[in-house]
Amino acid sequence: MALEAKNVSFRYGSNKTWVLENKSLSLERGECLVILAPSGYGKTTLAMLLAGYLKPERGEILLDGRPLPMSGVCPVQLIFQHPEKALNPRWRMRRVLEESGAIQEDMMDEFGIERAWLDRFPRELSGGEMQRFCIARALMSGAEFIICDEISTMLDTISQAQIWELVLREAAKRDIGILAITHNRFLAGRIADRIIDLSADRG
Amino acid sequence: MEQNKNTILEIHDLSISFRMYDSRFEQTELKVISDLYLSVSPGEIVAVAGASGSGKSLLASAVLGLLPANASLSGHIHYKGQELTPELQKNLRGGGIALVPQSVEFLDPLMKVRSQTGGRDKAKTAERTRVFKRLGLPDDTENLYPFELSGGMARRVLVSTAMLSSAELIIADEPTPGMSLEQSLQALTMFRELAREGRAIILITHDIDLAFEFADRVAVFYAGTTVETAPASDFKQGPRALRHPYSKALWEALPQNSFRPIPGSQPYPGDLPKGCLFAPRCPMRTAECMEHVPPVRQIRGGEVRCFYGS
Amino acid sequence: MKRLNRRTRLLILTAVTAAALICMYVLGLAIPDEAVEGSFLEAGEPPSFEHIFGTDSLGRDLFTRTIKGLSLSITVGLVASAVSAVIAILVGLAAATGIKGIDGFINWLIDLTMGVPHTILIILISFALGRGFTGLLAGIAATHWCSLARLIRGEVLQLRSQQYVAISRKLGKSNRWILAHHLLPHLVPQLLVGLVLMFPHAILHEASISFLGFGLPPEQPAIGIILSESMRYLSAGMWWPAVLPGAALVLLVLLVDKLGDELKMILDPYSAQE
Repeated sequence: MALEAKNVSFRYGSNKTWVLENKSLSLERGECLVILAPSGYGKTTLAMLLAGYLKPERGEILLDGRPLPMSGVCPVQLIFQHPEKALNPRWRMRRVLEESGAIQEDMMDEFGIERAWLDRFPRELSGGEMQRFCIARALMSGAEFIICDEISTMLDTISQAQIWELVLREAAKRDIGILAITHNRFLAGRIADRIIDLSADRG
Repeated sequence: MEQNKNTILEIHDLSISFRMYDSRFEQTELKVISDLYLSVSPGEIVAVAGASGSGKSLLASAVLGLLPANASLSGHIHYKGQELTPELQKNLRGGGIALVPQSVEFLDPLMKVRSQTGGRDKAKTAERTRVFKRLGLPDDTENLYPFELSGGMARRVLVSTAMLSSAELIIADEPTPGMSLEQSLQALTMFRELAREGRAIILITHDIDLAFEFADRVAVFYAGTTVETAPASDFKQGPRALRHPYSKALWEALPQNSFRPIPGSQPYPGDLPKGCLFAPRCPMRTAECMEHVPPVRQIRGGEVRCFYGS
Repeated sequence: MKRLNRRTRLLILTAVTAAALICMYVLGLAIPDEAVEGSFLEAGEPPSFEHIFGTDSLGRDLFTRTIKGLSLSITVGLVASAVSAVIAILVGLAAATGIKGIDGFINWLIDLTMGVPHTILIILISFALGRGFTGLLAGIAATHWCSLARLIRGEVLQLRSQQYVAISRKLGKSNRWILAHHLLPHLVPQLLVGLVLMFPHAILHEASISFLGFGLPPEQPAIGIILSESMRYLSAGMWWPAVLPGAALVLLVLLVDKLGDELKMILDPYSAQE
């Protein structure tokens, strides 16, 4: 009983169709749960709900039995699919990391971040390099759970493998629970402790 | 280089630089594409695969003449044997070459889908209904405005525009993300049909497994250059059939293979290595690789830019 | 010779414009009022080496008057556009807070202000506040903020929907922190361009209102007054009191306008690197 979605329903506007209806799931610390689904299954919405970016219309999101705090540093951090949108284009990377806490030298090696990158702007980095910063930022905030919404979908296979090696290693070290959303069955098989296949339950 | 005289598009030694401010008032040239080559013939699907920043998307802009004003270009692009001039590009943008853009924002937000896919003309409508059906788009899609489309639907509408055009060369820039596997396969099957009609297709993608499932040939880009072009079947066979160490590494890193990445990352255009662009990460590198740019060599029906590729 | 790049050109243009503005402003202050007093012996003289803009019907040196007039215009332009910019940022930010009622009211206010022709509105406000310098300033400041406020509202709404802003909030940052670190740094350049482009507008409005006789009183050495007086003598063949001060005004306006356009190009990512 750690991070839990309980009978959650959500729609954008009260006369629209439900994006998610009566969904429940739970995730333990130290576990990697993969939600496997193609686009159009409301998985991004689910990610936003679990990380507190959206409030469910019905049902609740619980962290250790209590509602997710809506202000302050959120213990559930979301990592997005497009790292270039998740970074302020006017900020150098050093500032990006500092937004989430003081930079510790040894962390740079853990996250595979080269010192020279800290003085660059996002547009001067490749997708995989930017995504490393997004992961570092999420973990440095002291997150207990991370939601990874298609974080390697836009990357080449080498960067993808590097990113997941990094996420799994650092999450294990910190006893963090991972909820990964992907459409790639093979990737799911590689990283998951447990898989929920959404495409299966709608036929 | 491809010896086929019937190519639709042939690119040799293409380099593109951007003038960028490096300090407050000094500008330097940033070389983002170096000595790139690529060719595509009628009836052929060539997939261009590579990491972000490898120059994939820039390729489409270069061919269509849509580079920003601070870009400078050298090398040759031939369209049906003719040197591609800005005038020719302007004509081709209207019909000869169709682009399936990466972003959904390329649809006109104020026009219904119908008007953007041929209008009310009878023949066009029949054609559109057929194409939409094949792409799995609901019948009433033509009455929707772009903002009413989901991400996957919008992408399929973009694909349909190219299918409905009479272009001889179609450049698809990442047409599949946001589509389910079945939808991607369906869209790619449509591309295959277009190829059968004799059109040439360049499929820009980072999804290397989709690339070698569907293309005839795969061109692997790295740091703005072509490191290898190979028949797609070589990629299906695995690393022993491949020629360049980077292609092998891409294959190895797939989750269905070993999922083990090589270390390091693609160099930034501001500090490219002197010799082979892949040398700093290459397990096979020698002193020569660090000093000289390797030439393109023909090996077993493919081309590779490596001293040692075999 | 190597073509100068855009940033270097902008630097030179800024320096030239600033120098021109400061020179005119300081000269205008430094010239004592007596220098403008003319002698009837020299009334209505065409341009010569002694009076490069010629003299008016009262024998006053038109060049001195023009400089003093432009100096006054610069003051009006600067103050009015600065006040307008402040109004614009406050209103723009308020509209973008996301509270429906406020946004609706502000949009209505903007539409209303923009719906009435500027000239008429300035005349009304200027009249209501007893004409003169303050009335005119208030009138111009109260009418020029609309498009900039709308721009800021749009920018803020667009920024607020950015993922990195949402992430910042989830990293525990307060609204004030986000405003100061994510939003304002993005808005400042926009505001600067808006300010620079507003300046020539404000000056032209000041001149036209004074020309029509609703702005500054006739004893002020404003450009609008000079131009208005010159109209009476134009038919008598005295072209210089209209043409030369008018040209000086146009030159000043074009210079600042060019500066604003260049600034805009620098901020546009598509042309920023040229």
